[in-house]
Amino acid sequence: MTEAMIACKGVHKYYGDYHALRGIDLTIRAGEFFSLLGPSGCGKTTLLRTIAGFEDISQGVVLIDGRDMGEVPANKRPTNMVFQSYAIFPHLTVAENVAFGLRRDPRPKADKAAAVEEALAMVGLKGYGARSAHALSGGQRQRVALARALILKPKVLLLDEPLSALDRKMREQMQVELIKLQRQVGITFVLVTHDQEEALVMSDRIAVMFEGEIAQLDGPEALYARPATRRVADFIGVMNFLPARILSESAGTVTVEVAGLGQVELPERQISRADPEDDGPMIGFRPETMTLLGPTATHSQPRETNASIDEVVYYGDMTYYDLRLDGADQLDGKARPVRISMRNVFGRDVQEVGTRTRLAWSPGSLVLFR
Amino acid sequence: MAKFDAEARAGLSLIAPPFLYALLILAAPILTILAYSFLTDGYLEILRDFTWVNYAQVFTDPIVRTVMLRSLMVAAIVTLATVLTAFPIAYYVSFMVRPEKKAMWLFLITIPFWTSYLIRVFLWKVILGYNGVVNSSLTGLGIIDEPLTFILYNINAIVITLAHAYAPFAILPIFVALEKIDRSLLEAGRDLGESRAMTFWRVTLPLAMPGVIAATLIVFIPTIGDYVTPEVIGGGKIPMIANLIQVQMLALDNRPLGSALAVTAMVVVALVSLLFLFLNRRFLKVRQ
Repeated sequence: MTEAMIACKGVHKYYGDYHALRGIDLTIRAGEFFSLLGPSGCGKTTLLRTIAGFEDISQGVVLIDGRDMGEVPANKRPTNMVFQSYAIFPHLTVAENVAFGLRRDPRPKADKAAAVEEALAMVGLKGYGARSAHALSGGQRQRVALARALILKPKVLLLDEPLSALDRKMREQMQVELIKLQRQVGITFVLVTHDQEEALVMSDRIAVMFEGEIAQLDGPEALYARPATRRVADFIGVMNFLPARILSESAGTVTVEVAGLGQVELPERQISRADPEDDGPMIGFRPETMTLLGPTATHSQPRETNASIDEVVYYGDMTYYDLRLDGADQLDGKARPVRISMRNVFGRDVQEVGTRTRLAWSPGSLVLFR
Repeated sequence: MAKFDAEARAGLSLIAPPFLYALLILAAPILTILAYSFLTDGYLEILRDFTWVNYAQVFTDPIVRTVMLRSLMVAAIVTLATVLTAFPIAYYVSFMVRPEKKAMWLFLITIPFWTSYLIRVFLWKVILGYNGVVNSSLTGLGIIDEPLTFILYNINAIVITLAHAYAPFAILPIFVALEKIDRSLLEAGRDLGESRAMTFWRVTLPLAMPGVIAATLIVFIPTIGDYVTPEVIGGGKIPMIANLIQVQMLALDNRPLGSALAVTAMVVVALVSLLFLFLNRRFLKVRQ
């Protein structure tokens, strides 16, 4: 394992009676792209700000590069931040903004100017130095904020929802650029986001946070395929849930009766935790793990289930089907619609609302939350 | 074309009443004063003869020069004192006071306006006078034996009174400028390695400058022409330009000379204001 760049040990933060961080234990490795993901109010920004030094912690330790940050103020920490609002100084030009942190740099003026040009070129703003910060678009401001932070060669770059103010196209473009930039400079990036897609696309590892606690810390694939709790599964992408009844258990393998899907046997690695508010075991599966079959289609999946189509949503490249599985209400009497997504490949017709259909699936794609 | 004419006519008829109003209450008196300043003073009446004599007198009379310079100096000191004391107050209200309490603070700051300006000036006389609050307290406490004389009927007293009277005018524009500063800019300053003091110097102060310059103008322009305070607090012994104008206009009945004084004072104030506006534009240039 590579060395730890940031280590949080038992970090608590209280605002009066409000317990914002509830014992965060976290290690962020040097050079990785790390994301803090969660809904608003989960404490992810607070955690980022404690790392930056803008918030005192009530209890616990934050170490950056092995050094205790307890007494180190924000301006003395080896971190730099890209703010959600970008915080570009409106009274300065682009070049002056980028050079803001170089005041105490002992290099001669010409060298600093060259460094500013280099930083601007790195973020694709070559020749923008003389412009007033006021005249920039959102995307350009963000690049200035990046250049301004990276020119100081911090050990850690902190990004507070940096893409949330951009439109979709720009956001996707910046995601790719940020990944490239991070590989190029090799600095540890810590990103805060509420956008699960963004976190999956960009990160080496992701910490999912709910109510001031880390619910799961994993790589994007593990997080998506094997969510640790039902809440994580629900937050990351789309997951269908069906009630289940445990029939028997032996040597880590659990046999369950699933509403609409029948009996399945699940090994230990497909078993995750339920949440306190759940009223019993649940089976979850992703929309793309099941295949909707045409009337005459054959398949090689071990299982097949009958269903009827309630709704069809056509997205161009994809079609989403809301289905009712036969017997989905057998355990608790509630109608349990499930969503299946199908890629629209050439030669496959979109099926119509109200038709009877068949689903092919494998027990390997199911996760049991108990 | 016809449509434009109709629109133009509608527009003109809409602005006509306020335009006439502005012309009557603003332009007419100024033009009258301007006209008077070029007329000749007779003994009991004003002769309609064009003359430069009034201006010649204004620019050569040592008394006028002394009083004009004194007015400029007093206004400058008052402005400096007011802005320097207003800034920390505005800063405190903007940065330290909790958002829900800010309205109350602003309300408290405007309380002095509840009484008339004249009464406040007289109250300062009561406070600063020979047997006033300050002197009797200090003698009562045995700190001084004789009442202090340097706090009334002099420039210090005028400065104190005016600085107090105009404090809210300076606090409010600076407060507004400080309120507009995005707080994340200050965090960015700290994040980029600057201490709190340097962040104030490099971020807060430059961004507050438009407010400071507005405050300077708002205080400077009325104080240079203040009449009541030098009359009451200065005891009439240290006149400012407004007092001189009053003497010429009413006591000596020399309206042309009084008008020439008024026009000259107006030009001086306009020049100083233009200087500040130019400075303001320099500060705002990058932001636009």
